[in-house]
Amino acid sequence: MQHTHDDKHHAHAHDEHAHHELGFWAKYVFSTDHKVIGIQYAITALIFLFFGFSLMMLMRWQLAYPGQGIPFVGSLLHNLLGDAAPAKLNDAGQVVGYIMSADLYNAFGAMHGTIMVFLGIVPLAFAAFGNFVVPLQIGAPDMTFPRINMASYQCFVVGGVIMLVSFFIPGGAAAAGWTSYSPLATLGSSHGQTFWLIGMVFLITSSLLGAVNFIATIIQLRAPGMNWMRLPFFVWAQFVTAFLLLLAFPPLEAAAVMQLMDKVAHTSFFLPTGLVVSQQIANISGGGSPLLWQHLFWFLGHPEVYVLILPAMGIVCEVIANNTRKPIWGYKSLVYSTLAIGFLSFIVWAHHMYLTGMGTKISTFFQTTTMIISIPSVIILTCFFISLWGGSIRFNTPMLFCLSFLPMFGIGGLTGLPLGFNYSDLFLHDTYYVIAHFHYIVAPGTIFALFAGIYYWYPKATGRHMSEFWGKVHFWLSLLFMNLIFQPMFVQGMAGLNRRLYDGGATYAGVANPAGGVVVGVPQFFLDLNKMISHAAWALALAQIPFIINFFWSIKKGRKVDSDNPWQATTLEWQTPTPPPHGNFPVVPNVYRGPYEYSVPGHDTDFTPQNEPDRVAPKITQPLPK
Amino acid sequence: MEIPYTVKPRPDTGLYNAKVGIWLFLASEVMLFGALFSSYILLRVGAAAGTWPHGLLNVNLGTINTIVLITSSITVVMAWVSLKLNQWGKFKMYQAVTLLCALAFLGIKSAEYKDKFTHFQIIKKDGTYVDGHMHGAAYLDKDGKSLEVHKYHGLTFKENGSEYSLKEVTLNGIGAEELGQINEPKHGEHHEHKNISVPAAEIKKIENYGPWHSTYLAIYFTLTGLHALHVIGGALVIFVLWARGGKMWRTDPERYTNRIEISGLFWHFVDLVWIFLFPVLYLL
Repeated sequence: MQHTHDDKHHAHAHDEHAHHELGFWAKYVFSTDHKVIGIQYAITALIFLFFGFSLMMLMRWQLAYPGQGIPFVGSLLHNLLGDAAPAKLNDAGQVVGYIMSADLYNAFGAMHGTIMVFLGIVPLAFAAFGNFVVPLQIGAPDMTFPRINMASYQCFVVGGVIMLVSFFIPGGAAAAGWTSYSPLATLGSSHGQTFWLIGMVFLITSSLLGAVNFIATIIQLRAPGMNWMRLPFFVWAQFVTAFLLLLAFPPLEAAAVMQLMDKVAHTSFFLPTGLVVSQQIANISGGGSPLLWQHLFWFLGHPEVYVLILPAMGIVCEVIANNTRKPIWGYKSLVYSTLAIGFLSFIVWAHHMYLTGMGTKISTFFQTTTMIISIPSVIILTCFFISLWGGSIRFNTPMLFCLSFLPMFGIGGLTGLPLGFNYSDLFLHDTYYVIAHFHYIVAPGTIFALFAGIYYWYPKATGRHMSEFWGKVHFWLSLLFMNLIFQPMFVQGMAGLNRRLYDGGATYAGVANPAGGVVVGVPQFFLDLNKMISHAAWALALAQIPFIINFFWSIKKGRKVDSDNPWQATTLEWQTPTPPPHGNFPVVPNVYRGPYEYSVPGHDTDFTPQNEPDRVAPKITQPLPK
Repeated sequence: MEIPYTVKPRPDTGLYNAKVGIWLFLASEVMLFGALFSSYILLRVGAAAGTWPHGLLNVNLGTINTIVLITSSITVVMAWVSLKLNQWGKFKMYQAVTLLCALAFLGIKSAEYKDKFTHFQIIKKDGTYVDGHMHGAAYLDKDGKSLEVHKYHGLTFKENGSEYSLKEVTLNGIGAEELGQINEPKHGEHHEHKNISVPAAEIKKIENYGPWHSTYLAIYFTLTGLHALHVIGGALVIFVLWARGGKMWRTDPERYTNRIEISGLFWHFVDLVWIFLFPVLYLL
């Protein structure tokens, strides 16, 4: 190990040299180093995630206690947003609090989805982890196009700022749902939707630049010996994800341009002939098609689901292999399944549109492809489960998050089947069942995997561990409250509760039918669940406090890593100095083996790094017996 | 560690980095324009009878523009070849022709745009149509003083403190009973264009042929506008490389040649989009 020590010194000296050259702004803000950009993405995205979650916490108040003054932040909302959070008066005419108007509820709902998906999870799962980990794992000095990488982050920030500013313009932010269906999205008088569209164009540009960079990096900058079947699964997942972003996002960009034309140039791409608005025929040329928007939106929207889940699966794979100390079971099956998902995800989009009346033949086609795409997903999950078999598992924080990812993603996936069949979907469409289904995929699914990734790669980025104890507190409380939030939503949804009701369904509260004693409307039990869900949501927020404190406290105070490879992992990112200097590797690594060679029989450690040369086979001196 | 393969190709892929990058970028561009072409198909298939115009655009101008762009595609290749043959002067000349072609294309395109913005359609209160280019409009101010202009200023407009309202519009074109007569003229039938004056009192709706007029014009302006933006972007890159490339050509000729190749690939893509746009919008 002597020479690596020297190399490290050497690299360190280089690094300090670089410190003198680069000022604070060049090093941390306008950096072209993939690791810094990854961390920039991570922190920005985590802030957006918390912001998007906060919007939902406020909405949960309105759902649980419709029309009652918002506690703690009511007056703040009123000061910031004015009449969107109007005062609630008592009988004497005194202000007793501030409530959430229906318009504000709609805006928060639309922006919760937009922020969580486009500004939270995609940047964190794809851009942050991908940027930080992928070049390290393939043995590259940086991304192929470092300046385009920086431009990608800057576009992302601009898009995010435009989205945030839209809350404060007259009329407020976009309020037509994160799917922005026309004509609703087009006809509103507010400019919120225009801001949303322009913000989306920036976010799409950002992800396009990122996707080109990722694919080019993985194709061009693999270290010598890093052939395709030696890539860590995480790299494969990011590779397919990048293709999804590259090819699925442009149609949404086209759709955004067309909706922008509808709003600004008064075209009628998505507005049908004879459209009636406020009891008057709208003064438009007509001839457009609202279905066209939905097709273009979901052509992105469904691959987007896999953009959310594939990087998460990649992280889970890395962590499971590392903590079971076993090779991943079925590496090739994982790779081929991921590729299959990538292809199939482009031909399932219209299963979001069974209720639009697009025709039974089309529904049948998309129902079939939807059932087919569940097969590779199940293969991936099965490979992970079998990988656990017979391992002596290390139950550290990243592993706990990954282990819970498996059943949580399983629940999310299996509850998707009734939504993929068009007959059962007609009943469940737009109910809380749908909300529960996809949140199981992205919240205790993807977000748990992202937490695992943060706990797992934190020592590489900072040289210190996050606290195990507080990590476990964070894990167990999050797991508990996530389930308390989303399980009841299945129940509500199957009872028929619509997902977009401003008062949580109170308008439809059941009353006993005097004639027969049968309850007409939604039975009270399902409405009471709203309170429980809301309390669990707020408790989930409290459960994130240990994480937030742990995250920042550990930068300076966490336990120092005992080596460059504290988890005793095999992949290349652990074979660098900690934290890796600009340029990553002191010398170009040579790759000799696959990514998960744990517990190789006859080897003196239970892990064999990818860049460890094959030992020369012992020479056979005795002739073999005939 | 330096980033490898920025200039020399990687042996197993045979490509240098930027070439991978531009092909990936073009793939996403294909999806962008693909979505718009798909929208065109969907809108056209769903259009009510008589509302989809045929023969609205000037095929001659479109043909000239097609030839102009194809010429520029040839010169952009010749420019790259010149660099490969180490002929700097020829490169400068070919790329100058490319840039002139780009300007010619944009000039013709803007003339076509202007033609659409001065083309008006009037729906009269009796349900019939008058359709043609703006010949002139007469306005009255409050005192009954009339003002004749060659541009349409809207139903009312203000100038020098006095307010004018529309008295009459004269279009140079045709009258029609229904939209189909305007949008789908029968073969061999030629309507004589003449000046038709319509008093303001008879006008139900007057509108020029901007993107708001119909879904055809909406997709026409969106597609060609987006394409024109690509032409402008590509021409700008080519221009900057052309005007300021001398230094890199002397110090790092291979890298400079690669850049010309990359910008050329983008330029070919822009041409290719037009090769699809021309028949779809002008001929079909």
